[in-house]
Amino acid sequence: MPREERCRILIVGAGPAGIAAAWAAAETVDSVVVLDDNPAPGGQIWRGEENRWTARLRGCGAHVWNGTQAIAVLDGGSLLAARDGEPLVFRFERLIIATGARELFLPFPGWTMPGVTGAGGLQALVHGGLPIAGKRIVVAGSGPLLLAVAAHLAKRGAIIQAIAEQVPLRNLVRFAAQLWRVPGKLAQALDLQWTLRGVPHLKEAWPLAAHGDDRLKEVTLRTRTGVRRFACDYLACGFGLIPNTELAALAGCDLRGGFVEVDEWQQTTARDVLCSGEPTGIGGVDRSVVEGRIAGYVAAGRRNVAEKLFGERRRVHAFSAALARCFALRDELRHLADDETIVCRCEDVKLKNAVEYRSARAARLHGRCGMGACQGRICGPALQFMLDWADPSGRARPPLFPATMTTLAAVVEEESTHV
Amino acid sequence: MVDAIEVTVNGLGVRVAVGTTAAAAVISAGAACRRSLMGESRAPLCGMGVCFECRATVDGVQHTRTCQVVCRNGMVITTDAA
Repeated sequence: MPREERCRILIVGAGPAGIAAAWAAAETVDSVVVLDDNPAPGGQIWRGEENRWTARLRGCGAHVWNGTQAIAVLDGGSLLAARDGEPLVFRFERLIIATGARELFLPFPGWTMPGVTGAGGLQALVHGGLPIAGKRIVVAGSGPLLLAVAAHLAKRGAIIQAIAEQVPLRNLVRFAAQLWRVPGKLAQALDLQWTLRGVPHLKEAWPLAAHGDDRLKEVTLRTRTGVRRFACDYLACGFGLIPNTELAALAGCDLRGGFVEVDEWQQTTARDVLCSGEPTGIGGVDRSVVEGRIAGYVAAGRRNVAEKLFGERRRVHAFSAALARCFALRDELRHLADDETIVCRCEDVKLKNAVEYRSARAARLHGRCGMGACQGRICGPALQFMLDWADPSGRARPPLFPATMTTLAAVVEEESTHV
Repeated sequence: MVDAIEVTVNGLGVRVAVGTTAAAAVISAGAACRRSLMGESRAPLCGMGVCFECRATVDGVQHTRTCQVVCRNGMVITTDAA
């Protein structure tokens, strides 16, 4: 039998939403467990950072399991997880899903070459100790993350060759114009502009191809003044964020428009399952924290406290809406890949082979597209955007992550003892 | 380097700061991670444990996502793509 842990509230994800939920819940509940895939709490934005919230998590009494993957939701209020390949079963009364978001990557010729990374991806690697001083970097894609990443890398001595944002200047102006609504955001934006003074910030620009042999050497960008080539060591490229909804879908939560549907109490359509942060809508750290706190209080049975945060949540939701409006992806980005471009990196499926199918499901069953280790997390959203395939995110299946036989055997064992 | 530890990447000793991920150590050593089905070299993409491009053998455990593992002194990392 796998090791079993009992708790009243189980939180999956130790980013801003999960930490805030744990802190709020642990005020009155003494058995709160947080599990997270990363080696340390903080999620992507606070990766390895000491701050007020990571300190609160440490001090609140919640038990944190790092390096632990959620594998499957079992019947009877339990979740199968794995740590170092060993199964663990968490039994809970309430589950809070705070699984965050990942970057949207769009295929273009050369994007599989070493040296091409995500925008947040390169930032995460640098947080993880990758030396970046003196390296030449092109940052491309879309969204406010691009400037944050460029500034982060520049402060560590990287040479930012260019920032390529796909939307026109007017969208950026419109976005900047509502930053004053969110405390601190305007000052943050000005600080970024100051750090990046002198760096070419191209608008209506995007990558056409990455060049090199076995390693990136140059990038061609489409710009308003024509095609331009930049020498670089890294291309940090991400087209905004997409929610990690796989666990929620597996837990039986309904999705709407690709996001987990929640009511005002952050309650999903599945009984005793709450959700907060990016899976309910992309809105960054402020949205995650306030929704996390609300979910934590509600799960602890303190709706009266949660209610006091509704005003704050309304403000951050306005920011989310502006984000989606100003950084909508342009049509040209659907056609960056050519026939020979690999779209499914796990199984090396080329675009010319993927287009033979009419849905993610058909491509999976007949073309192995999305059948690899990432389980379609990278190619699925890209092909949905490129080929208008139906959103496959509502149909998650266990195991959520590749798991060892020992771990998978635990599912069978659990299900046969809880019929 | 203050608080440096040593790991081995494809047989070569690499000194890294405490807290460095195995993925960062592999890139610092000038190596790539896995080899794709068609034989392409692949290196970390997402940096957050989602894409599985950074897989390598870490202390004998195959298919380890190197971006989610923090280096320990004496860690042995072997990649399929040099």
